[in-house]
Amino acid sequence: MTADTLRQTVTITNPQGFHMRPMAAFVEAARLFPGCTVTVTRSGMVPVDGKSMLSLMGLVAVQGAEVLLEVSGPGAGEALSALVHVFHRNFDEE
Amino acid sequence: MEIKRGIPVSPGVAIGTALIVETEGIQIPRRFIDKARANEEIERLHQAFKDAVADAHANQQAINEKLGKQYGAIFAAHALLIEDPDLIREIELLITQKSFSAEYAVSRTMRRHAKALAALNQPMFSTRTADLYDIEKSILSHLVGQPGNPLQNLQGPAIVLAHDLTPSETANLDPKMVYAFATEAGGKASHTAIMAGVLEIPAVVGLGRFLMDVSGGDEIIVDGNRGVIIVNPDEETRERYLVLQRQFGSFAKRLNELRDLPAETTDGIRAVLLGNIEFPTESAHCGERGADGVGLYRTEFLYLNRTTDPNESEQYEAYTSVVRAIGPNKPVVIRTLDLGADKLFHLADQYLNEKNPSLGVRSVRLCLRNLVLFKTQLRAILRASCHGDVRIMFPMVSTLMELRQCKMILADVKEELEEEGIAFNRKIPIGTMVEVPSAALMAEEMAKEVNFFSIGTNDLIQYTLAADRTNEHVALLYSAGDPAVLRLIDRVIRAAATQNIEVCVCGEMSGDPLYAMLLLGLGLRQLSMTPQNIPEIKKIIRSITIEEAKVVAQEAMRFDTARDVNNYLREQTRRVLPEVVVN
Repeated sequence: MTADTLRQTVTITNPQGFHMRPMAAFVEAARLFPGCTVTVTRSGMVPVDGKSMLSLMGLVAVQGAEVLLEVSGPGAGEALSALVHVFHRNFDEE
Repeated sequence: MEIKRGIPVSPGVAIGTALIVETEGIQIPRRFIDKARANEEIERLHQAFKDAVADAHANQQAINEKLGKQYGAIFAAHALLIEDPDLIREIELLITQKSFSAEYAVSRTMRRHAKALAALNQPMFSTRTADLYDIEKSILSHLVGQPGNPLQNLQGPAIVLAHDLTPSETANLDPKMVYAFATEAGGKASHTAIMAGVLEIPAVVGLGRFLMDVSGGDEIIVDGNRGVIIVNPDEETRERYLVLQRQFGSFAKRLNELRDLPAETTDGIRAVLLGNIEFPTESAHCGERGADGVGLYRTEFLYLNRTTDPNESEQYEAYTSVVRAIGPNKPVVIRTLDLGADKLFHLADQYLNEKNPSLGVRSVRLCLRNLVLFKTQLRAILRASCHGDVRIMFPMVSTLMELRQCKMILADVKEELEEEGIAFNRKIPIGTMVEVPSAALMAEEMAKEVNFFSIGTNDLIQYTLAADRTNEHVALLYSAGDPAVLRLIDRVIRAAATQNIEVCVCGEMSGDPLYAMLLLGLGLRQLSMTPQNIPEIKKIIRSITIEEAKVVAQEAMRFDTARDVNNYLREQTRRVLPEVVVN
């Protein structure tokens, strides 16, 4: 990752894990930043494309799992906070 | 090439194209396209994706209104999945590089992802594979434009692959279009298996999870003799199976030539081979296969899929039509209603909350609690009895008291008919099925009360070993060769002999060539089976002496595990008749 890559780690608190609905909200939010590259990584696993539902589905982020969000490109800061927000918002709902 | 092993339930070999029912439910018309048409194919693909996305959004809208936004959101996720650029790119590559049709490429790709997800083995996320199947189905339906039940709208011959088929789905399969079927669930004696045998469709069940490894349109070999299916066989395997297919056909043809010959050992001991039937039209199969009569006429079909009970005259017609088709001098054993927990029945509504239906109110237990229903059937059977050699049989009798109650009600009905001046055979033979271990253990006492026994091995095995015959996880426990089962059968045969009454075996066991010598050697002289099995069993009987059979039975009874028994019987059967198919 280049120097302007922003990172933040999120812990999954929801008993259902990072499931289809928050995942969809996440992808939708990520796609609002077409210039940004978004990757999601579970510790010890290969980073996956944060704009691909299919790839995210393979994450298997269960409750307690930590995932690392990495965003680079124009507007990365805004994108990262939006994504983190989506995460928290969706998990707060339940 | 991939090989899967399951339980063979209907013999024969078939080679054809996979139609996966339930998950995709859509028949893939062709697997490959002309390379020059790849662009057209990709255009079709994009249109189908657009339509599928629109469907997902429409679903979202509808579900939002119906159930709330949090549920509609699931379909928003579906739309995002379909719109995933990685997905369509992957499918396009299969079309341009491998000349796959759009349908086949979609199916292969979705299955690959579903399999990868399932391999993660996280129960929490297992429903996601269902989401992928849902999407696959939606895209395919736009590509193929083929609504409705795929089994009813076959576009060409196919090998049907499913998680499970219901007995009625199986019964409605068209053998000309469905070359064979294979299912993940199911056991040797399920009704689906029985129907496959009746239709003569090669079938393998109890394969465990395999649908994820198969795509609609794959080439499939179903080997119903050995219980094997092969996905995308290599050239050599396909050749080998084409030869096997021809051989099986000619062996079956030779068996048919035995039709008019008696089932007699080489030293002149005659056995009676009867047919098991469910529908009146099947009496024709009995004649075609040279059956000596009907040893088991199941009457459940009259009661299924309807809201009222069949009336007396409707039943009388059904029974009489079989008696007429079989002829006045051949036995027709009519079994009274034997509805179990695995069959739908409107009367059973009141027993829906049973925790353990197979140990609950079923068969005679149900009849003895619904006397109007029971008496109506008994009247119809008695009236049919004046047209031929009709015999009446009570299923699932567990105690002597139950048997006596049944007989008492039969006596009541006879008296009523007598008073009304309606003709029937006053001496109609009465029999009981022996399929509950308690009845087998009390066989000597039971034998004093009836004219014949019929050993229902399917249930007897299930109840003796406490193993559900349709549960593939315990299917291995369920074996006709289990020494416990053999001892019970032996006991029942001996009890019948002491009272000099007839005894028959009418479960799947009697049609399995593996057990023919054993049963004969134990002293059985009547076997009732799916008519299709009669020629093969007859061939075995005609190849041995009764002394040989007795030795085989004595030896088989010495083993203490089902495996040893079955291995020994397999050896002996192959020795006698090398071309016979034993599992």
